[in-house]
Amino acid sequence: MGRSANPLAGLARTLNAWLDERIDVSGIRELIRHKVVPVHHHTVWYYFGGMTLFLFVIQVLTGILLLLYYRPSAEEAFESVQFIVTEVEFGWLIRSIHSWSANLLVATMMIHLFSVYFTQAYRKPRELTWVSGMCLFGIFLFFGFSGYLLPWNELAYFATKVGTDVAGQVPVVGHLMARILRGGDDVTGATLSRFYGFHVAILPLATTAILGLHLFLVQKQGMSVPPEVERSGHPFRTMPFLPDFLLRDLVGWLSALAVLGALAAYFPWELGVKADPFAPAPAGIRPEWYFMYMFQTLKYIPAKIGPIDGELVGVLGFGLGGLFLLLVPFLDRKAARGEKSPLFFWIGIGIVAYIVVLSVLGYVEPGGK
Amino acid sequence: MRGSWLLLASALVAGSVLLPGSAARAQKLPEGNACIDCHRGIGDPRVTPPAEKFPQDIHLAKGILCQDCHGGDPKNFDPQGSMNPAKGFIGKPKHQAIPQLCGKCHSNAAYMKKFNPTMRVDQVQEYWTSVHGRKLREGDQKVATCISCHDVHKIRAIKDQQAWTYPVKVVETCGRCHGDAKYMEGYKIATDVVDKYKKSVHCEALTKKGDLSAPTCNVCHGNHGATPPGVDSVANVCGTCHSLTADFFNQSPHKKAFAVMGLAPCVTCHSNHDVTKPSDTLVGTDQQAVCVNCHDPASAGYQKAAAIRTSLDELRGAVQRAAGILDRAEHAGMEVSQAKFELRGATDALLKTRATVHQFDPVPIKKLSDEGVQVANKMYDKGVKAMDDLRFRHRGLWISVGIILVAIAGLVLKIKEIDRSR
Repeated sequence: MGRSANPLAGLARTLNAWLDERIDVSGIRELIRHKVVPVHHHTVWYYFGGMTLFLFVIQVLTGILLLLYYRPSAEEAFESVQFIVTEVEFGWLIRSIHSWSANLLVATMMIHLFSVYFTQAYRKPRELTWVSGMCLFGIFLFFGFSGYLLPWNELAYFATKVGTDVAGQVPVVGHLMARILRGGDDVTGATLSRFYGFHVAILPLATTAILGLHLFLVQKQGMSVPPEVERSGHPFRTMPFLPDFLLRDLVGWLSALAVLGALAAYFPWELGVKADPFAPAPAGIRPEWYFMYMFQTLKYIPAKIGPIDGELVGVLGFGLGGLFLLLVPFLDRKAARGEKSPLFFWIGIGIVAYIVVLSVLGYVEPGGK
Repeated sequence: MRGSWLLLASALVAGSVLLPGSAARAQKLPEGNACIDCHRGIGDPRVTPPAEKFPQDIHLAKGILCQDCHGGDPKNFDPQGSMNPAKGFIGKPKHQAIPQLCGKCHSNAAYMKKFNPTMRVDQVQEYWTSVHGRKLREGDQKVATCISCHDVHKIRAIKDQQAWTYPVKVVETCGRCHGDAKYMEGYKIATDVVDKYKKSVHCEALTKKGDLSAPTCNVCHGNHGATPPGVDSVANVCGTCHSLTADFFNQSPHKKAFAVMGLAPCVTCHSNHDVTKPSDTLVGTDQQAVCVNCHDPASAGYQKAAAIRTSLDELRGAVQRAAGILDRAEHAGMEVSQAKFELRGATDALLKTRATVHQFDPVPIKKLSDEGVQVANKMYDKGVKAMDDLRFRHRGLWISVGIILVAIAGLVLKIKEIDRSR
């Protein structure tokens, strides 16, 4: 096919030439041209990072649209969300996709996190990529926690009460932290304003910075190859990122979009009833599914363990678990040397099993639903 | 095991919180009181109950002891001295003397004020106006006196949930005599009233819904002045709660007609002790309707009954139709809470229409019903719109999924083409 036969290719060339005259983009072009993705039997896990990023973009776009109508006050928040889902054209779709996408995002992020963990991709020289990823994990959980309260419905109100109570159990700074989160001693309209601020300004700002670093490191260092593949000595092939890997990514993203659409159409996200701070806590209050294992753990821990508060023990346990995951590249010395590290493998299995079992118990136990 | 311990602990905590007047609230009996010491220590079951029951009596809590009712000298441990008539000892008071004995304090406003400034002091005066009081004066030894309803030596405050006079317990208290056919022999009054009442909407509201304002025996018959309401006063009795309905009835032509025919208002159509939740079928011209008991098909009343029933049916049908579609939309995940809230306007109109039935005039009833139907139809339209939206969403989804699948198929073909070219 002759050059002039494809008008789009011609336009792209013209645009490239225009840009080249002004900014030197040859470096970026070369990076994209030479970027490759290793092909082996763990390649499938590479797609979950991109999927999480895609869902984040969906969150940003739908979040911006919701911002046009949402009003962050205890008096108007519930009514404004009600207005969005009943009166605004396709408001129901945007709100449902925002809520469902948030949940899918946490799910794909967890898969991404544990696939990186089990393929030991955190090992030298990618320690910073792992640490920035763990920071993003914490930020996205806080995104979920803060966003849950914004519709100001009964379930979210009491779940936030419980959640901020738990934060208050952190030794030394707990009380201060709970007060900062709530904007006072209790969950009120001030808490809603704060959570709104976190959700639409502070967290997106932090995400932009850390996600930028995370993506930069991934581009700079390339995809990690699991040590077992390296150790096997068999040569493995690679595929160009553009267009081979990106096209495959697109298949996944489009499938995710179809799933989101189906969930929004058949299982629209419930609005519930408006929060009433003076009403007693309703039966069956529960957090989002990704906090369920923590919620369930706190239910099992006795009120007192010796002289120490049970909740404090739980909070310390989760804190240590998070710290362990954050520091795993520095703790797992064997992985750094490219050796097998069965201890860390089994610790990882234990963590996943704990999260799955406790979460399931949270939903199947009487009163858990 | 841990669960059962928790259960036990919860039950104990709940028990102590929910059961006022239980052992936890029993008073300590005073030391060095001859009456209590002897009655408690004598071991004869004929004389021990007063001392055994007294720790839970409200009088003990207020510092009123044996001698305040029975006289005598509680400081004297010689029976001859402590139960000396010269010291005012009266022993077990006679049945007919009980109202006066209780009234000694309870009719004394100055004395009762010390304990509760708002406490009424006309109970004994009212008692003498009751059938019980009148018969007691005639020498009837079986009729109820104060202790028949309030217990003796274990008298509780009326707000105490274990008191015989607590609203949910009143029917059992009255039923001890009025539900006992053998005991009531000779009085020529029905003894099935307790069983009937237990089937009534009032009993359901009181005992199952916990609505303590729902009527029990004393609310309609009076308590200390208990008397069956006569034909003339039934409407006033029911009207104390159902005031709007009573007003409508008093404005209606039925008031005069019932009086002429000697029929008691309210109970002629709704019954009395076993009054059930009225349904719209009570009105009209079919078999279940009570109107046909008096109105023959040629009468104007018969035509009015038919018209009233039509208005009721139209409004009820419109409300049910709107509620049905809104429920379906809600179960499908549509947000219809505002429409459901607005539908209350039609439900309220139905309630008002049902009350207005007691005017027995089809014109205002039709007007109210039409207003309600209008609201219900508007909400039905909102339900229809919600269901249309739902179908639109599902159609839109499948069209979008189709487009996405085509795009995915194109991408897969492109990927294969690239793979083949390498």
